[in-house]
Amino acid sequence: MNETVTLIIDGEQVTVPEGTTLLEAARACGRDVPVICYHEATTSEGLCRICVVDVQGSRRLQPACVTPCQAGAQVETRSERVERTRRTLLEMLGAAVDLTHAPDLQAMSADYHADPERFPGAERREHPLHDDNPFYIRDYSQCVLCWRCVQVCGEDAQYTFALTLTGRGYDTAVSTAFDISMTESPCVFCGQCVGVCPTGALKPKIEYGLEQGWTPDMLRQNTRRRRSPKAAEEG
Amino acid sequence: MSVNESNNLPELGGILGRYAGRTREALLPLLWDIQASQGYISPEAVHAVSKTLRVPEADIYGVIGFYTLFHEQPTGETLLRICTDQACGLAGADSLLADLRDRLSSAENPCTVEHSACLGLCEHAPAVLISRRGKEDVLAAAGIDDLLGDPHPRRAVAVGYPAVLVAGVEDGEEETLARYGDYAGLRCALETMTPQNVVGEVKASGLIGRGGAAFPTGAKWEGVWANPPDLPRYVVGNADESEPGTFKDRVLLEDRPHLLLEGMALCAYAVGARQGYLYVRGEYPEALRRVQAAAQEALDAGFLGDDILGSSFSFHLEIRRGAGAYICGEETALFEAIEGKRGFPRIKPPFPTTRGLFGAPTVINNVETLCAVPGIIRHGAGWFRQWGTERSTGTKLVSVSGHVERPGVYEIVPGVTLRTVLQDYCGGVRGGLKAVLMGGASGTFLTPEEIDVRLTFEDLRAIGATFGSGAIIAYNDSVDLRVVLQRLGRFFQHESCGKCFPCQLGTQRQMEILARAHTPLSGDRRRLTDIGLTMTEASLCGLGQTAASAVLSALEKWSDLIPDMPKGGRQP
Repeated sequence: MNETVTLIIDGEQVTVPEGTTLLEAARACGRDVPVICYHEATTSEGLCRICVVDVQGSRRLQPACVTPCQAGAQVETRSERVERTRRTLLEMLGAAVDLTHAPDLQAMSADYHADPERFPGAERREHPLHDDNPFYIRDYSQCVLCWRCVQVCGEDAQYTFALTLTGRGYDTAVSTAFDISMTESPCVFCGQCVGVCPTGALKPKIEYGLEQGWTPDMLRQNTRRRRSPKAAEEG
Repeated sequence: MSVNESNNLPELGGILGRYAGRTREALLPLLWDIQASQGYISPEAVHAVSKTLRVPEADIYGVIGFYTLFHEQPTGETLLRICTDQACGLAGADSLLADLRDRLSSAENPCTVEHSACLGLCEHAPAVLISRRGKEDVLAAAGIDDLLGDPHPRRAVAVGYPAVLVAGVEDGEEETLARYGDYAGLRCALETMTPQNVVGEVKASGLIGRGGAAFPTGAKWEGVWANPPDLPRYVVGNADESEPGTFKDRVLLEDRPHLLLEGMALCAYAVGARQGYLYVRGEYPEALRRVQAAAQEALDAGFLGDDILGSSFSFHLEIRRGAGAYICGEETALFEAIEGKRGFPRIKPPFPTTRGLFGAPTVINNVETLCAVPGIIRHGAGWFRQWGTERSTGTKLVSVSGHVERPGVYEIVPGVTLRTVLQDYCGGVRGGLKAVLMGGASGTFLTPEEIDVRLTFEDLRAIGATFGSGAIIAYNDSVDLRVVLQRLGRFFQHESCGKCFPCQLGTQRQMEILARAHTPLSGDRRRLTDIGLTMTEASLCGLGQTAASAVLSALEKWSDLIPDMPKGGRQP
């Protein structure tokens, strides 16, 4: 039998099995802790820090998704500094990334009163649309760098390793090796990356085509695997 | 395409052959070898490396893109990287960079000129790192040296009050074994002490880590020593000195390599490690060369390798060259770099003492920390404690740069005041003192009224400052502090690894707001405070947590620098 730990979350006493994260514990007692990078199917890397909570006695805020519950801890999930941190993070993210197709993040921003105009003159992360295969489009202007697509393409699921992170800091981007097209890459078009994308950065081609108002003919043309020019000549 | 078919890469096959059977951990050394031979790392080379080390091509591409010294595109025959950080900025690096670009980056002159983050040659500012195809890189003084001719590595300026760690440095002679002598501390430990005794002596000395985090060294060693005996463990020397304004480890690497190697061997004996790594920042070619030469000498003399000094203790050391990433000075990011990955810091806990390099218990110490160990073992903890205070024991190095008469590395006794260092040791400040940046870019500003602070860990903490890496940058009254902040902003934007959102986004937004510091928008002060607190409280690693420290301290101490409601300030 696992040992249990008892702690206090927002004034409520909670008992959970040892090893439970603060996120799991907070959710178990009905608290809403927001997440962006966290996903049940991928390794938690504590990237987005939107889930930080205030643990009494800790100098810094703690990421709830990767912090195990400690016995006797007193946790506030929405203290003033948590509130300021989440609001500022969402404002900075909104100034960097196109969140038009991310309703969850829009709702979160509204919840924390994040001002979308907080950072006038901010350089946005803009990338050309990658439309290089019949199955999905990649629009990295909408990418929040949650890493999930890279993770499922690699050791969290598929072991295909078509994707990587490149660049550094603010200029980090998801890419194939040397930015080759998906069809040249080892991608097997399993679709798992599209499934875990939290924004509109990865989108099925059909969904994208419908948004663009494509006719049924165009949809058919653009979502079938094209034969290579060489094969077409021979055939 | 097989390697043999790649006619444009004639040497590649030979290089790859040397790495047959190796795995991902060999990625950075292999990429260095390829770049030295080819000038850059092409898609064909990545393909071949992928086959040799069995690492996905996308991952290799991601690694190349992380480290600024690796190139995926050809560069000019000569590549000049000009440091434009703090001390170099004061010495006119910006106009030098523009001038060199105008003169040298032309069609007939195949020379690439780039700016660089702090190169750690602050006492000879402005600094330049020169890379030429087929030759060793040179770290030189851009204002003096013949950049396209035959530049020489600059000599260190190091003065001791007293000279313990920097003993003999001023002579300028290379530290050979003949000069250094026997590894007497190591011999003493092997012949008369158990590993536990060595750990105990280091604990008793009160030695505190010199890298910046100020963690007690003995406690760290004990943590690794106490792991189950069957677990392998590692010793790692952190020579990825990159904190702007810090160059003391460069001096130790160049001029006291045997002291460092003896310290590493003692650490390995104490914690039961058989394998160690020394990770030297890529911008220190002369330091790398000298420490490699010393390691070979020590191996030949039986101070490293198998059955050291006839005992059953064996310790093998591999020296690694970093590839340009401030973040790799963070201990877990450095492990990732040795493991052949992008240098992302890991979530802690687990701490390196239980899960470090390759998942094994690991001691990772700063160069200066390791250099303090041979003396402690040879002469005892009491000898070390003759200097300093109860809580700041031993001598300590500081790197002083900026507007002082004699910039350089100074060995001090903790307890002397900052005023003594600036006025007596360094010959005073040129012009009236306006500000001191204490502890490097991730440190805090001090005002002229604060320089009577005693330089100890505890006294600095009491005034909200830190020793940090021991960097001290002095600014005189001709300096516009807004420009100083702009350089800090650019540095952190350039060096953020991009892993966690607060630092990845915050360093960019901070840089943008600082860039308009002379004509701020209404609300910019509040924006900087919110960004700074978010980075400080929510970032994943120490870099992000301190990326706003200097800026926040400047806003607090010079409130008119970026006022709340700027006079005539623009509305957003």
